[in-house]
Amino acid sequence: MTDNASGVLFDLLHSQLVAYIYSTIDNKNKCVSQLESLGFRIGVSLGEQLTKDLPRFRDELEVMKFICRDFWSSLYQKQVDNLRTNHQGVYVLQDNAFKLLTHISVGKQYLDCAPRYLALSCGLIRGVLSNLGVKSVVTSEVISMPSAKFQIMVQRT
Amino acid sequence: MAVCIAVIAKENYPLYIRCSANVEDELKFHFTVHTSLDVVEEKISSTGKTSTAGAPDMREFYLGQLYPSEDYRIYGYVTNTKVKFVMVVEASNTQIRDNDVRSMFRRLHNAYTSVVCNPFYILGSNISSKAFEKVVAGMIVDEQKKELFT
Repeated sequence: MTDNASGVLFDLLHSQLVAYIYSTIDNKNKCVSQLESLGFRIGVSLGEQLTKDLPRFRDELEVMKFICRDFWSSLYQKQVDNLRTNHQGVYVLQDNAFKLLTHISVGKQYLDCAPRYLALSCGLIRGVLSNLGVKSVVTSEVISMPSAKFQIMVQRT
Repeated sequence: MAVCIAVIAKENYPLYIRCSANVEDELKFHFTVHTSLDVVEEKISSTGKTSTAGAPDMREFYLGQLYPSEDYRIYGYVTNTKVKFVMVVEASNTQIRDNDVRSMFRRLHNAYTSVVCNPFYILGSNISSKAFEKVVAGMIVDEQKKELFT
């Protein structure tokens, strides 16, 4: 019951946050990057909290599995449906029913508004990864609501 | 009860160092903590040699005693986010047990997590939170208090 409540709270707060950012910032091009940097800071703190009780990660793949399972289920009450990688540092996370999009539409309606609802989540992923020592660039893609794809490109020095 | 406690960021610069109240040579502790970082790095990079008796379990945060010295024992702890905690304890302090050190590190970790979740804390800057300082003060041995009892 409490899990459901916190999920609903986050969903509603998030949609209001997106609306607020879009109404207060004049330069609309900056909105997405503002949302992304918000997500980054949240992701760092969340990462610190969630990894506190888990055993130490051995390698990058374990970090990715943590993101797909524990991180995703604590935020969206479900796990990532599909994780693909090319073993060269590119990971694609596919969520067939992304929680923050399910209340918007099913299919193609409002598709052009979808990126603004995914910006915070991209930042969240980037924040957690950066706290765990993985520098990355996270982008998202929506082909058909509510399924979303997140692409993580790890920057190897 | 420790003599010195330090929190070191993942880029290996100190976020917080606190030594016991009237210790003459604080700089010496800073130096000791700095040199113990090498040992920490060595322990976390050793790849999966869990069969040998001396190597720590790869899944653990607690690293145990880093290296012995005549006056002090140094303990280390690393988190998943590569933040290291180093604790210096007097060698003459024989009452302190391994489990005590583990629980002290656990409390430090919880306090550090609270600091990071504080929205006013800028990531990577020095820790100035009073709540964190209270937790650390509870663990540092106070030389003045010890003399009251002798």
